[in-house]
Amino acid sequence: MNLYKEAKSLVKVNIREYGMYIALFVIMLVFTILTDGLFMSSRNISNLLDQTGYIAVLAVGMTLVIVIRHIDLSVGFAAGFMGAIAAILMSQAGVPVYLTVPIILVLGIVVGMFNGVLVASVGIPSFVASLAGMLIFRGALLRVTEKSGTIIVEEESFNALGNGFIPSLAEVGGLHVLSLILGVVVIFLYVLSEFSARRNKLKYNFEVVSKSIFALKVVFVSLIIAYITYIIAGYNGFSWTVIIMLGVTAIYHFLSTKTVLGRHIYAVGSNPEAAHLSGINVKKITYIVFGSMGLLSALSGILYTARLNSATTTAGTLFELDAIAAAYVGGVSAAGGVGKVTGSIIGAIVMTSLSSGMNLLGVGISYQYMIRGGVLAAAVIFDVMTRKKKG
Amino acid sequence: MSGYILEMNGISKEFTGVKALADVNFKVERGEIHCLIGENGAGKSTLMKVLSGVYPHGTYKGDIVFEGAVQSFSKISDSVKAGIAIIYQELALFPDLTVYENIFAGNEVQRRGIVDWNRTIAEAKRMLGKVKLDVNPDTLIKDLGVGKQQLVEIAKALSKNVKLLILDEPTAALNENDSENLLQLLRELKRQGITCIMISHKLKEVISIADKATVMRDGRTICTLDASKGEISESVIIKNMVGREIDDIYPKRPDKKFGDNILEVIHWSAYDSELGRHVARDVNLHVRKGEIVGIAGLMGSGRTELAQSIFGNPKGYRLEGELWVDGSPAAFKHTSDAIKAGIAYVTEDRKGDGLFLIQDIKSNVTAANLSGISSRGIINDNEEVKIANQYKDSLYVKAPSVEQIVGKLSGGNQQKVSLGKWLFVGPKLLILDEPTRGIDVGAKFEIYTIMNKLISEGMSIIMISSELGEVLGMSDRIYVMAEGRIKGELPTSEATQEKIMQFATQ
Repeated sequence: MNLYKEAKSLVKVNIREYGMYIALFVIMLVFTILTDGLFMSSRNISNLLDQTGYIAVLAVGMTLVIVIRHIDLSVGFAAGFMGAIAAILMSQAGVPVYLTVPIILVLGIVVGMFNGVLVASVGIPSFVASLAGMLIFRGALLRVTEKSGTIIVEEESFNALGNGFIPSLAEVGGLHVLSLILGVVVIFLYVLSEFSARRNKLKYNFEVVSKSIFALKVVFVSLIIAYITYIIAGYNGFSWTVIIMLGVTAIYHFLSTKTVLGRHIYAVGSNPEAAHLSGINVKKITYIVFGSMGLLSALSGILYTARLNSATTTAGTLFELDAIAAAYVGGVSAAGGVGKVTGSIIGAIVMTSLSSGMNLLGVGISYQYMIRGGVLAAAVIFDVMTRKKKG
Repeated sequence: MSGYILEMNGISKEFTGVKALADVNFKVERGEIHCLIGENGAGKSTLMKVLSGVYPHGTYKGDIVFEGAVQSFSKISDSVKAGIAIIYQELALFPDLTVYENIFAGNEVQRRGIVDWNRTIAEAKRMLGKVKLDVNPDTLIKDLGVGKQQLVEIAKALSKNVKLLILDEPTAALNENDSENLLQLLRELKRQGITCIMISHKLKEVISIADKATVMRDGRTICTLDASKGEISESVIIKNMVGREIDDIYPKRPDKKFGDNILEVIHWSAYDSELGRHVARDVNLHVRKGEIVGIAGLMGSGRTELAQSIFGNPKGYRLEGELWVDGSPAAFKHTSDAIKAGIAYVTEDRKGDGLFLIQDIKSNVTAANLSGISSRGIINDNEEVKIANQYKDSLYVKAPSVEQIVGKLSGGNQQKVSLGKWLFVGPKLLILDEPTRGIDVGAKFEIYTIMNKLISEGMSIIMISSELGEVLGMSDRIYVMAEGRIKGELPTSEATQEKIMQFATQ
């Protein structure tokens, strides 16, 4: 009874945080039932996550941009353009993959920093500055693909970033062994971190949740990781895209929640004047956030080009809006200062799940757009309502 | 046409744990000018917000009887409809719109949604005539002085057929001439049958204009004085306002020992290129170790600007002059440099540029010194909670936990969090800009006690304040500013309210 009470109050306090995960669970459950389990098949989940990759990394960067009260509309065509430059470097200039990728990533940072300077130092509203950037990159993309049209990339190792899977080592009962090992390692690290966090709190004599709730939580999360690993191991295992996506999420989650830099970003987002008076360099933070957005745009461009094995004239169309939608569905607040990187990733997965599920059901594209729009509106309404209730 | 136009009976109002109004009874007779007096935080503004529907019916206890009927305003427009208009200290005008557009903003002269501009302008002219303001209705609000803007606000209220006009410190930002005009206008409006409630801190004004005066203290009405019975005098008002001797309000600091100069500013000027004028000019001042230096002056005298120009110059003024900190010359490029040099600045506008209102207490306390809870850029969450709890306890912050969102705390507790943020930096010199504005008497006393404790630990303090009592009660030495210049320097032993005001109005 006591356990039930504690669990209930925990859920109540954290409803905003859990809401996203519950929504994703419900969406997946509904599609699984409607498609007789086809939705949760290894193959579909693997495809779904791969499709999410290039939007998810953009959503991560966009989260921080929106947190500091800005927006970046240029990321879609910036990604398309940088993907095309990567293709040109490899297939026309003969630059090897291991040089191309870092060059493009650095180019991304430079482009992002330039946006940051326009916004923070020149004082142009980010909407306008990045709208200009969007047009410029669109033109630049058309210009570099004008002569040849689609640029085919024949570098196997590069294309693997978009469609390849991590090596299996061995196969047991049709399951991908290295993926299984990876899953076990992640669970191990997760359990370890939970225990050490609890130990640290006790060392400080802080209140912690009861042992049974703690155990319940650890087992529950471990089971979920195990289940996802099991599904993915059933079809080629983890793709490089998923590994990259998880890596980016992990790094940005750590950066935004555990570091001084992360604190400064959220401080600037919740009150720039107070941040300045607290000795935080608001301009520098703006450069960094836009620089990181540029870096992730470049990464997104690489993933997309690799996925298609080519750079096309329309690459990157509407990526920015998908990323912004994912961030909002994931609980980022337009007023600034609020929003989690993990939320945006879940938001991105929710949006792709909707497309994927509706595709399986044969729902027409016209309805798909309307339903996704409805979900975006519903997510923001939920966000506003729960915030009001707390107040 | 006599009797009470307004009766507020047994009004109580609470904010999360803080009683702002406790069983307040307040009656206003038709056609009188009734002044409402009390210290900051006594509950005057809260009472007026209850009256005007800012706090809707149901969020407070008690009855409002207006024009003989019990009212239950659920929003501001309800009270406006009933004929009540409030003019706040911060004027609610649109600077980029014209006078006539402002007068009828939200109350447009229209027919089926289409504005009749000719009639609007004609009506506006009539209203301007009523308030004796001779300006072209086409003038933009931003081109008018504060005094005239105030008159436009009153014209706006009159256009809504106001019966009860409430003015919240209308003369606080006005010069003497404009103030006198305003008071004259209020007398004129009284002749036209408009009842008026005026909140004021200026006792001379109160004595000259009030028919009645109600004094509030600590969320209660203490007494109502009647001018026709000769009850309104400065000494009576002050006695009721304060309710205790000065010694109780400002805690004593027994052993005063001053060391070397911790801060020295020589021929210091700051030019604001946006305003196109100097906000501080040829300022010379110094602060010794263990000293509380008060900076007095009226609003807009350049005190805040001076403090910020010293504290890393966040507004980007063009600076001239010398700055010495702890015996060596200093030039701060950014607020972070000033913080590193041991200076902390607690802003006057804690909601605007002091706190991160959507964040919790702990994030606010550590915001200016994250290196104190982190190693190699990685934050130790537990250490943060520990530190935040220490400040919460030592500064008497009333909140359930350090995870409480700061926006939901009362003004006094917010101020303490703001103070905690800067104490965690471990400064040598603390600049407090209006440290007790808008907080209740109890919290004020706590803040004064904390100030004395900090001084005894070897810190120095600059206290900018508009409350003369506070400046006189807490400072060791007082500078008076006006028009960006230091007009006078007084040791507290020689300072009086009159002397300070003389310098401040030079």
